[in-house]
Amino acid sequence: MITALNVASIYVLNQDEALDFYVNKLGLEKGNDVQQGDYRWLTVRVPGDGATEISLEQPGPPLHDEETADRIRELITKGGLGGLVFIADDARAMYDTLRERGVTDFTQEPTEHFYGIDMGVRDPFGNAIRILQQREVAQQGTA
Amino acid sequence: MSREAEELNRRLLRSRDAMDRAYAEPLDVRAVAAVAHISPAHFSRCFRAVFGESPHRYLQRRRVERSMFLLRESDRTVTDICFDVGFSSVGTFSRTFREIVGQTPSAYREGHGPIVAPHCVQLAAMRPRSSPGRPTQESTFG
Repeated sequence: MITALNVASIYVLNQDEALDFYVNKLGLEKGNDVQQGDYRWLTVRVPGDGATEISLEQPGPPLHDEETADRIRELITKGGLGGLVFIADDARAMYDTLRERGVTDFTQEPTEHFYGIDMGVRDPFGNAIRILQQREVAQQGTA
Repeated sequence: MSREAEELNRRLLRSRDAMDRAYAEPLDVRAVAAVAHISPAHFSRCFRAVFGESPHRYLQRRRVERSMFLLRESDRTVTDICFDVGFSSVGTFSRTFREIVGQTPSAYREGHGPIVAPHCVQLAAMRPRSSPGRPTQESTFG
């Protein structure tokens, strides 16, 4: 039986820039940062969450040949790859915080739905990030 | 792929996001091209090369998707919805809707109710294709 999600991967163009965005802008904390030859194992995680790490993978050798890495980079920058969805306690406050920190690439301002308030933003490379504040009382009924 | 091409992609994506965000407002090519820092004359060609359709068509599909959402979820009139999603004439709205969805807004409303899926999933997945290649069947979406 699977009991937890341990690592999810996301492709980024540059690990240093990614670290700056995910930690200093989004507020995650750095997990592992291990250089092994050409490969840098770099992860971030939600503060206090020991279960799940997000691996920030930079396309290229030794993971990919140059042509494959090129294609991945192309897909990242045109928004063609997957993204991440986070839970926040206050989506509007999160939106304000991101703006204060100089983030401008919002895909959606905080919007209210029956299941909560969500907003959308892109990381510096084009990956889509959604932040959801779940509605507290709606858990028992069917959505 | 060169660093410049990646940078261009990223700017075009930013302009596409602007259309998804501000679809309800009157948008023209000049305004959207400015987001990408590309001249209006050059913009449409670049956009099509990267995303496979014209920026005009992309915006139309976003507007039609939003109108489909309101037709399913709200009691607003077709005319109100037309203006809600950024069309400036009912004639253009109806024609574009029929062209993309394959049926009239009213007929679509009759056949479809609310969909239980997060909003972001609907925004991404319920956007109609450019032409009605497949019939809209109720069985798929309940």
